[in-house]
Amino acid sequence: MTSNQSLNDNAEQNSDILSDGVFLEDIRRQMLRFATMQLGDSHQAEDAVQEALIGALKNATSFGGRAALKTWIFAILKNKIADSLRQKQRMVNTSSLLREEDEDEDFSELFDRNGFWRPDERPIAWGNPEASLREGQFWKVFEACLEGLPPKLARVFMMREFIGLDADEICATVKLSTNNLHVLLHRSRLRLRECIENKWYLEGERNAEVS
Amino acid sequence: MLKCHDATRLMSESQERPLSTLERMSLKMHLMMCSGCHNYREHMGAIRLMTRAFVKRKDESDKK
Repeated sequence: MTSNQSLNDNAEQNSDILSDGVFLEDIRRQMLRFATMQLGDSHQAEDAVQEALIGALKNATSFGGRAALKTWIFAILKNKIADSLRQKQRMVNTSSLLREEDEDEDFSELFDRNGFWRPDERPIAWGNPEASLREGQFWKVFEACLEGLPPKLARVFMMREFIGLDADEICATVKLSTNNLHVLLHRSRLRLRECIENKWYLEGERNAEVS
Repeated sequence: MLKCHDATRLMSESQERPLSTLERMSLKMHLMMCSGCHNYREHMGAIRLMTRAFVKRKDESDKK
């Protein structure tokens, strides 16, 4: 097969994919959630998704298959979001995003002056966490804990754990130093862990549902 | 000796970067002695698991 033929085959295959409404609707929904999470604004998210999709469809002839196309569409979307965030930072007060975190802030309730767990904050054993994943009520608690994170913490945590960006990508997108990112992720995890433990493992919501 | 505050930070950072030999060793020592941080380490794994399952659930419920 000549390379020209294989290019044509790819183009045909991709136009099939792009006329597949279900595939497109799926990917649009995923993109929208991804963008809304990061931009914190559904209108800006719609715009970013729109632009990314248009850009992707224009150049969609050179991709071999759905997985490659999807990866590529998300790469474009990531850039659109980065653009939006950059604009936002220029427009809004940048100081809160750029400020180096005070490392001792809000740790004093968890750790004593010497840096050891306060007795009633010391993490307990959770048993088998996989059992919780099957319980509907658990997910309400989990979601409430996520939503309880301050927006800045929630954003970096989601970029890291939901979307799976690595540390360098996050630092570049939201303009943080590596050290600053480590502090924010550490703090997100401390808070999320504490919330899940208090609201699920200690408060007996699990028991309430069983009985 | 490592304190709990530092230990939790190292456990968090180990999810973004490889720890140095010294960091790994001091963390290991600390975890042998501290049940709270030992549990914390289990919880970090559990939270990753939960987060992935959460995203998957969201994807599925969005489709309905």
